[in-house]
Amino acid sequence: MNRFSWYEAKSVEDALKNANTTLSEELYSPSNEAAFFKSGGIDVLDFLKEGLISPKTIVNVRDIPGMDKIEHEHNEGMTIGANVTLAEIEHHPDVAINFPALQMAVAHAATPQLRNMSTIAGNLAQRTRCWYFRSVDHQCFRKNGDRCFARHSETGQNEGHAIINNGSCVSVHASSIATALLALKASVVIQGGDMKKKVVSIEDFFVSPMQDISRENILGKKDLITEIKVPAPSANTKSFYIKQVARESYDWSLADVAVVAEMKGNTCVDITIALGAAAPTPIRSYEAEKILKGEQLNDMSITKAAEKAMEVARPLSKNGYKIPLFKSIIVRALSELI
Amino acid sequence: MDTKKEKFPHGIPGYNLGEIEREIPAEDPPAWPINDELRVIGKRVPRLDARAKVTGEAKYTSDIQLPGMLYAKMLRANVAHAKILAIDTTLAEKLPGVHAVHLMHEMDDKDHLPMVKFVGQPIAGVAAESLDIAKEAIKLIKVKYDEKPFVIDLEDALDANAPLVYDEPIAEQRDGGDVGVVHDGSKGKGNLRGPSTSSFWGGPRGDVEKGFAEADVVVERTYRTQVHTHVPLETHGVVIDWKPEGMTVYASTQSTKGVRDELATYFDLPKSQVRVICQFMGGGFGAKHSAGTFGPMAATLSKKTGRPVWLMLDRQEEHLAEGNRPNSLHSLKIGAKKDGTLTAIQQKSHGTAGVALGAGVGRIAQILYECPNFTTEQYDVLTHAGPGAAWRAPGNVQGAFGVEQAIDELAEKLKIDPLTLRDKIDKSDVRKVERMRGAEKFGWSKRQPAGSSQGPVKKGMGMAQSTWPRFVHLDSSVEVKLYKDGAVEVRSGVQDIGTGTKTILAQVVAEELGLEVSDVTVRIGDTVFPDGPASGGSVVTGSITPPTRNAAYQVKLKLFDLVAKEWKTEANKLTVKDGMVVHMDDSSRKMTFKDALKSLRTGHISVLASRGDDYGGFQQSWGLAYGDLGSVQFAEVTVDTQTGLIKVDRIVAAHSCARPLNIGQLESQINGGVIQGVSYALYEARVMDKGTGHFINANVDQYKMPYAMEIPEIESILVEEYPAQSSTDAYGIAEPANIATAAAIANAVYNAIGVRIFEIPITPASILNALNKDYE
Repeated sequence: MNRFSWYEAKSVEDALKNANTTLSEELYSPSNEAAFFKSGGIDVLDFLKEGLISPKTIVNVRDIPGMDKIEHEHNEGMTIGANVTLAEIEHHPDVAINFPALQMAVAHAATPQLRNMSTIAGNLAQRTRCWYFRSVDHQCFRKNGDRCFARHSETGQNEGHAIINNGSCVSVHASSIATALLALKASVVIQGGDMKKKVVSIEDFFVSPMQDISRENILGKKDLITEIKVPAPSANTKSFYIKQVARESYDWSLADVAVVAEMKGNTCVDITIALGAAAPTPIRSYEAEKILKGEQLNDMSITKAAEKAMEVARPLSKNGYKIPLFKSIIVRALSELI
Repeated sequence: MDTKKEKFPHGIPGYNLGEIEREIPAEDPPAWPINDELRVIGKRVPRLDARAKVTGEAKYTSDIQLPGMLYAKMLRANVAHAKILAIDTTLAEKLPGVHAVHLMHEMDDKDHLPMVKFVGQPIAGVAAESLDIAKEAIKLIKVKYDEKPFVIDLEDALDANAPLVYDEPIAEQRDGGDVGVVHDGSKGKGNLRGPSTSSFWGGPRGDVEKGFAEADVVVERTYRTQVHTHVPLETHGVVIDWKPEGMTVYASTQSTKGVRDELATYFDLPKSQVRVICQFMGGGFGAKHSAGTFGPMAATLSKKTGRPVWLMLDRQEEHLAEGNRPNSLHSLKIGAKKDGTLTAIQQKSHGTAGVALGAGVGRIAQILYECPNFTTEQYDVLTHAGPGAAWRAPGNVQGAFGVEQAIDELAEKLKIDPLTLRDKIDKSDVRKVERMRGAEKFGWSKRQPAGSSQGPVKKGMGMAQSTWPRFVHLDSSVEVKLYKDGAVEVRSGVQDIGTGTKTILAQVVAEELGLEVSDVTVRIGDTVFPDGPASGGSVVTGSITPPTRNAAYQVKLKLFDLVAKEWKTEANKLTVKDGMVVHMDDSSRKMTFKDALKSLRTGHISVLASRGDDYGGFQQSWGLAYGDLGSVQFAEVTVDTQTGLIKVDRIVAAHSCARPLNIGQLESQINGGVIQGVSYALYEARVMDKGTGHFINANVDQYKMPYAMEIPEIESILVEEYPAQSSTDAYGIAEPANIATAAAIANAVYNAIGVRIFEIPITPASILNALNKDYE
């Protein structure tokens, strides 16, 4: 880890004034003058310790007043301050009642210790855990390099990598909470350098490698997440979330799925199905949703939807197992809605 | 040597306990009865240093702080194979706070820049005022490489056109941790070395072709195991203070004397001028016998700067360069008659220990079962990867993974229960009792036929067994000292690898002197004391407790001589009981042990006792003390066939270490062995990129190890056994606890899903791949 200075931001404005880049920009084209944000610090610390990045200044946004509240308005939905910890979301009674999928996703993220330290904004803004991306010895596309090591059909170690939208970088996004937020049609409130607020849907918040290889989200050098908004569910909405791992105590997703459906009896009026660890960004399976919208949820329809969701999958050399895995957990999650 | 005859308990209580007469050295103590009749031995005595460890009072090597100490860091190669053309240290040397820079190769061959043969090979070391400065300095060292093609995959390395790891024959490589593995580097060509056609204590026998011709059933399979690193919680490292009068070395090591001898030889110093201290160990598992490359580097930097130097490796360095369990590609062919009698075993294996040797896996196949016809060919394959090292039962764990699955498959083909088949082909009494008691505790009778578990989430049961030799380290010495003020002290250079050696030494002395464990001070882990055994091969208990008891016994006799003079009686009329010295014929004549010590004419008396190379046990040399430590483990697993998730629910581990000394500590050690076995079976694997030669999960995030939720319920059964082989008749249990677990789990997974997985780690991907052939 290099020596750096520490700036304790007193307000959002103060934070924006004192940052000059994002971690991602600095990683892609190092200036060695970087001043960027840290909230819980979990991911930033990893980058520093691995020697992947050497900032000049860390701007601590963790203690900016007013960003650590969860507010729930029955008709509007929930507003989660950027600095709310995962543990706080996990244990908030309104979350469990209104957004079970979110509660389940948060409760399965990382470890209890990490959930006490991590903030929701930091969780969404973290970078991929692809082991090549995280290695100082592998200059991949994401770091302005000339290749994707994981993609290589003979040498790529890609067991955990993407099976969908994997034409360029094949990494998967690290946040499994984002999967639930995507299914819940949440949005991210971002304050820009001009102090204007913009509200961006989770779907638009994440940037695919085809759009821009240097980043995984739209945050620019003068952008700070201030809150996450989760709209109130309509009546008769059910949701469920499954994260599948190899090691239950603490692990990154092999596959995760969130389903949110408005039900009328056993008929699915509206539904979102979001998949994590399938593609470089959390994605919705619109094709699978289409099959179920307006239909009865039963073994046959949900199996058909799961099959459909995987039709677009193009596995790499070592991750073909993810197809049956996704099918299984999609079926299981949807079965919970019946 | 003068001898006498003595009757000993012999056999397994509750099975075949009897008595046997042994001829023993004249100065040895009389036989101990079985544990039921002892006071301190075989009981749950709390670990003496438990409190120091859990409160953080215990000072490990990396905690050592000395006045003026510098911090060192090594620069390591980030290419797999290259000729170094130039190394420029100018900028590093100029960095403020840097005191010395030293190049690794200058220690051996100043004139030639070295070849790099694996990512992580040390190139240089820097000593600086802080670790941060040292880390910054190594980044300033510029190395110019002429990169060469490399090979890191075992099967690729066998290709005729594969890049060569060594152009020349390589010498035998060995440290204190190496047992029973292929070491002959002179035979073979290309990257292939071997074959070795025998493992220790055995070898080829009979005629396998004839054996297979006689067989009614044959199982022929190939099994694969991964490269598995040691991941001790405490990494390798030293703090070295080299003064003109000699060097003091604080080392995280399994062998204080081994590190001393290596450094003394390396720097041409008398052994008396190298003092090695290891008070607490954060795990070694076989990889910490040596001074490594970091030892000579830290010593050189200390000599150059005249200051103590701290050099502990980080987690990545630990993974890359400080040892691993070699992988294996292990083919077995086993033939049997209808009644289960084995007719032939044919084994062939390849494994890579990277740039080192030692990947043989043959011993279990050679020795576990009665079989008249046996051959083995074990090959080492050199690759451009970090060197292997001894790892908790070297070669046996890989070997058992194959052999015990093959026997399981054979039993199924023969329609014989796997336990019944083993009762027929395994001649060990101890394992027979372990199978009986283990099966009962485990509920083996509830086991269903393979694949019959209903629903997507399936349950399965399996078992496997193992053998490990009873080794004795024949250079094991200990001194027991009695002080005039009543103090009792045990002193040996032996280190406590973490299993509780300190506590058992106190128990042995307390038992012999009629005292409490808390009355005994144990000082170990320092080469100023008599040389103890290395902590490898499960030898410590079997090697150091007999001389400890003998020393305590003999110093007690010295004390009795003095007391007898005062009491005007014969020394042989005295005994100890409950902290008192007592006259055998008149129990009113007694005094406390402490008061008895006031009769000393000097400040203390002491006896040093040893097991030397003329004394293997009650018979000399390679005598009776050598035998078999058997174990049988049972596993119950749950496999989700839709997600591939495997959960080991329960392990019943039946073990024997002859006379158990401390039940709680033994159970802890069994728990550790089982957990490492679970981890080996399901989680851990070195992942290398064949294109770049890098170990890409060299951390503890993506190099997966089990945490709390992955640990099964572990029940251990300790089968007491009295082989009557030494004055304590006790042995270790380290290795045996780890050998059978992965095979037992693999057999249980097969029993659950009805499809056999031949490769570990068994992951969700491997389960789903085995069950879904058609998804692509």
